[in-house]
Amino acid sequence: MFELTHDRTWLWLAAAAYFGGFALGTTALLRDRRHSHAWMYAIIALGYVLQTTGLYLRGLEVKGCPLGNTFEIFQFTAWSAITLYLVIGPTFRLSLLGYFTCMLTTTLTLSSLAIPSWDAVRRVGIFGGNAWIEFHAALALFSYGVFGLLALTSIMYLLQVFSLKRHHLRGLFSFLPSVRDLDHMNLRLLVTGVALLAASLAVGSAYWLDDTSTVNAPKLLITVAVWLAYTVACVLRVRQVLIAKRLAWTCIILFAIALLSLGPVNSSRQPVEQTAQSQPQR
Amino acid sequence: MSDAPHLFVVGASHHTTPLELREKLALGDAKMAAFQQTLSTLPGLREFTVLNTCNRVEIYGVAEAADTVARVQDSFCGLQAIAPADFAGIRHAATGLGAVRHAITVAAGLDSQMLGETEILGQLKDAYAAAQSRRTVGPVLNRVFQKTFQHAKHVRTHTAITEGNISVANVAVELALKIFGDLASTRVLLLGAGEIGEKTAKAFQSRGARDLTVASRTFERALPVATALGAAALPWDQVESRLADFAIVVASTSAPGSIINRAQVAAAMQRRPADPLFFIDLALPRDIDPAAAELENVFLYNLDDLAQIAAENRAARAAEVGRAQAIIADKAAALWKKIAPQVPGDSPAPSSAPRHSGDLGASAPSG
Repeated sequence: MFELTHDRTWLWLAAAAYFGGFALGTTALLRDRRHSHAWMYAIIALGYVLQTTGLYLRGLEVKGCPLGNTFEIFQFTAWSAITLYLVIGPTFRLSLLGYFTCMLTTTLTLSSLAIPSWDAVRRVGIFGGNAWIEFHAALALFSYGVFGLLALTSIMYLLQVFSLKRHHLRGLFSFLPSVRDLDHMNLRLLVTGVALLAASLAVGSAYWLDDTSTVNAPKLLITVAVWLAYTVACVLRVRQVLIAKRLAWTCIILFAIALLSLGPVNSSRQPVEQTAQSQPQR
Repeated sequence: MSDAPHLFVVGASHHTTPLELREKLALGDAKMAAFQQTLSTLPGLREFTVLNTCNRVEIYGVAEAADTVARVQDSFCGLQAIAPADFAGIRHAATGLGAVRHAITVAAGLDSQMLGETEILGQLKDAYAAAQSRRTVGPVLNRVFQKTFQHAKHVRTHTAITEGNISVANVAVELALKIFGDLASTRVLLLGAGEIGEKTAKAFQSRGARDLTVASRTFERALPVATALGAAALPWDQVESRLADFAIVVASTSAPGSIINRAQVAAAMQRRPADPLFFIDLALPRDIDPAAAELENVFLYNLDDLAQIAAENRAARAAEVGRAQAIIADKAAALWKKIAPQVPGDSPAPSSAPRHSGDLGASAPSG
């Protein structure tokens, strides 16, 4: 039963919108046509508004930025990726980026909605009313959104290189952006993601250093490891040591690891308070 | 055909006319002006436009009587010193709905020698603009051409008739765009001073490449080509050491074997590891060692690769012809329905079967 006052209703609608964008792109590709950029952008923007509404309602419910369980983290990561797409999409006009972003966000949002256990426990007030800690967490998750988009452009890069090396130029391959555009975008996203995660860690460290007892060690270790891995990749790319396909594969693997690490990080936390509603509405 | 006003097209194109005869039929500037002057004073010819390209000469018009078209043809044959009987053997002609359909077919590039080419639309627009400035078009041709341009665009947008390049040089440029996105900042090296290399270099220039360098095994041969292209000339012995400075290398020498081997490319890539290097090998035997393609960020296409892509694109365009023709038939019928009352001489609408050198009253376009 859908209720407009319930956050999951809006998030389901957002997931449906993202799926709509994915379906639009797939249909166009199957017909060997370029999808309408305007329509794709409009559909994604609609999904974004719906998802923002859902996350806002969830935020009100959990009294803070909704980052308290796997469901919320997946939703926020998808929201971050979409935020970034809405900003860079029209600026860089990378063909098929909207389609690939829809593919990622459909996967993230639908899987989080379809697995009830991810939303079974809702932690309330996990940031203890500290806006800086909340900012730290949001920034960290936003950087995951950037890395998500980086994984997508890396996949697109690998597909384009494969198509040009193997001389398979038709179908999906004919609509991909150029190798150089994708390489430049990968570097920009890598630098942006590393900078955001570094800023997040810097904000967080100001509080952890004051009171080390509040530090969640597994979370800190994994987050620092992720940041360190991306930073090393970034430095190696700038020094032209890690380039082209190796860089693309690295970015894809790192994102997969970062995403998979969210589960252990989340389960290592102790709930500050749990909502009465432990069974999410489907 | 009745003696009421009717819409017609008459002309000759590459379909029926060999090149040497097309050269004879083509109207130079002076003859074009003279012909238009003649037509503008021809009794019974209400409106007209002359389309004159290297592959076709066509006159679109609105005639008041059946014999007006014959007089148009006689004028053309007289001007070009061609026997009317000879012209009748190569001409295509259509009236009414057939003429409308022919105009859209031509504008959409379906009747062109290179199927789906887009230049013809510009040429048709130029012909119409010239007719407008001479005030030789009126209500019928205005509507026909304005709608023709719209419908041609619709056909191109809704079918794949113009997709994919079908010449080797343009395929090479398209591939370069897939690698570099924008050619304005890419440096192009032309190895060899042959015609195919020069054509490819011009194709690159037409798509924004500004920095061209020519190297030939004989420096004296490189100089005139470089001058013609507005490019720099590079001594042959510097090619290897400067290879890393270029993003695109077009090789078309007549050397008996490879002139650039894998090790040389690998050495160049060490100096530009993050920047792709694109080799277009148009030479036979090949100038670039095929093993160079195994290197990271190196892309290599030879003449056969490019020809195969061009052939696939041609086949893909050809596969769209039926769909494009169906759209044209619908659009032409709708347009004809609106203009038919203004040209009652064409009613009832003629059959759509194409026909060459037939009687105007019963024929339709051949293209």
